[in-house]
Amino acid sequence: MATTASQGPEEVAPPAAPLLLARGVSKSFGAVQALVDVDFEVHAGEVVALVGDNGAGKSTLIKAIAGVQPGEAGEYLFEGRKVSIHTPQDAQRLGIATVYQDLALCDNLDVVANLYLGREVVMSGVPGALRILDEVTMEGRTTELLTSLSVTTLGSVRTEVGSLSGGQRQSVAIARSLLGEPKLVILDEPTAALGVSQTEQVLDQIGRLRERGLGVVVISHNLHNVFYVADRIVVLRLGRRTATFERRSTTQEEVVAAITGAVRAELHAGHGGAGA
Amino acid sequence: MSTAVEPQQGAEPRDERPGGRGLVRAFAQGELGSIRVILMLAVIWTVFQLLNDRFLSAVNLTNLLLQIVSLGLISTGVVLVLLLGEIDLSVGAVSGLAAGVMAVLTVKHGWPPVAGIVAALAVGLAIGTANGLSVTAFGIPSFVVTLAGQLAWQGALLAVLGSTGTINLPDSAITDLTFTFYSDAIGWIIAVVVVGLYAVASAVAYRRRRRAGIEAGRADLIVLRVAAVSLAILATVFVMNRNRGVPLAVLILLGFVALFGFWTTRVRYGRHLFAIGGNIEASRRAGIRVDVARVGVFAIASTMAAAGGVMAASRGLAVNQSSGGADVLLLAIAGPVIAGTSLFGGRGSAWSALLGALVIGSISNGMDLLALESSVKYMITGAVLFGAVVIDALARRQRLAAGRR
Repeated sequence: MATTASQGPEEVAPPAAPLLLARGVSKSFGAVQALVDVDFEVHAGEVVALVGDNGAGKSTLIKAIAGVQPGEAGEYLFEGRKVSIHTPQDAQRLGIATVYQDLALCDNLDVVANLYLGREVVMSGVPGALRILDEVTMEGRTTELLTSLSVTTLGSVRTEVGSLSGGQRQSVAIARSLLGEPKLVILDEPTAALGVSQTEQVLDQIGRLRERGLGVVVISHNLHNVFYVADRIVVLRLGRRTATFERRSTTQEEVVAAITGAVRAELHAGHGGAGA
Repeated sequence: MSTAVEPQQGAEPRDERPGGRGLVRAFAQGELGSIRVILMLAVIWTVFQLLNDRFLSAVNLTNLLLQIVSLGLISTGVVLVLLLGEIDLSVGAVSGLAAGVMAVLTVKHGWPPVAGIVAALAVGLAIGTANGLSVTAFGIPSFVVTLAGQLAWQGALLAVLGSTGTINLPDSAITDLTFTFYSDAIGWIIAVVVVGLYAVASAVAYRRRRRAGIEAGRADLIVLRVAAVSLAILATVFVMNRNRGVPLAVLILLGFVALFGFWTTRVRYGRHLFAIGGNIEASRRAGIRVDVARVGVFAIASTMAAAGGVMAASRGLAVNQSSGGADVLLLAIAGPVIAGTSLFGGRGSAWSALLGALVIGSISNGMDLLALESSVKYMITGAVLFGAVVIDALARRQRLAAGRR
């Protein structure tokens, strides 16, 4: 019954040093232990799905990695170097980009302004608080980027984001995450609110991120989507990492069992229980 | 959307055809807020001109512009606060207190006028910074902080003025702010320089966009816009010159409005105000220093309120216990809202401060010309404000119905 983590001759061994290695991440909200000593790793060119029931700590974990809500304990190695992540800017500087479930878009601004929110291109040679926006450069690059992601349904990149469809908004959010040329992209429930064809488009876009050699972390409740796109599946349960599966060598039933706790985690090999 | 346009080819902006249905829709959804206000102004001016043919005379229009300077300056700061989705209910009292401090220091303590003005602005800056810090550090809603401020600073004004109650301002640099008029030649030079700069800037922007191969807008519409703005500027100078000339006070107002108009649309930190008003959490995650921006905006708003107070004192030649009281606060907020700045944050323009003040100033000026009773004036002003907000709400509903938030 026990499954081995990796098997099969075609399996490409991941590089020795993961792109991101988080060790012993803990976080509590008052009396609630949201994360207990969790280890987590992503390699370049790999899509890792983070799954678990509501309240399992998935969002808390990515918020810690993204610097939005830093963990109370834990250390991070990025490309083998020890780094500290205390603010969103820390994560951004390292090359970690996050697409939140709510997409964090400003409905009152157009596509270009949303893409460049917080890292606008400004005219050179102007000092300090009077940095004038370089709209021409931003608009040109926005069009290029959207074209490279095959997003062609937007009438104009000057459309207000509030008037876009759910799939278009998700595409804008993903395009924005690529703007800083990140090495790791984290997506929180990217397909939760989408229809069938839009879901497929977004999953294909995630596949394209992997082809670019990026590390990708996807949170999803939809195991069908997880099995469609992920290479590795990490299960959190009650704030602990309880199991890890290679997608090729597991089934949805096994993953569901791990999520609900129907099966003792130790039965599953791989990166195993956190408390081991 | 079957007629999907390739983004890089989008040569024909679908919603900008003049006279097309796109224009009507944009109008109904409040997109063309400034044009709506200009139409409103045209109606108001026509009505008052029909009722009293002195309304559109050069002398009355000059008076009108001088009357709105104080309100316009206060509104300019209010716009920035509204863009953030916050509100500042203390601007009226702050304008009064700042003017009171200036009057006491210059008249009772013999400070030089310029030092008095600087002190007034410093009072505004300090109060605004305190407002901003209370909102950000303690998480108190700006509504509550500034409402308390409105009361407290009204009290402070009474304390500052002391038993005298009213302080008259002698002729000085302070009164010169309002009563300085430039010669015809200087007025024309200013007009030509501004028109030239605007035309050149528009042309350069158009050519840059064309060269980069992105949507540049229609050349004929750009020419039309430049022509309309130029005409407005030249006509204003023409009318001013037929009376006493272009007043310094009006240049001060236009300068601040243009400055903040440019800052909020073309400058990085200004753009961030729209982002914060649109989605504060998204802005925070995007690395925008939200709290710094909020403190800064409250500081600017109170400083602009102080500037408005200085100009009110300058025109009224006095500061008294009701300075900055009565309807100053209400009108300073209502003006921008009439002219299309949203009370819900993230939508608006610094120019709405000017246009809104013009609408409110025109109504009040026209009713004064007709020598209406205070009772009637208050009720008419209230009705106009209500009507404007109804139009704003309808526009918002149209936007929602069209699937836009």
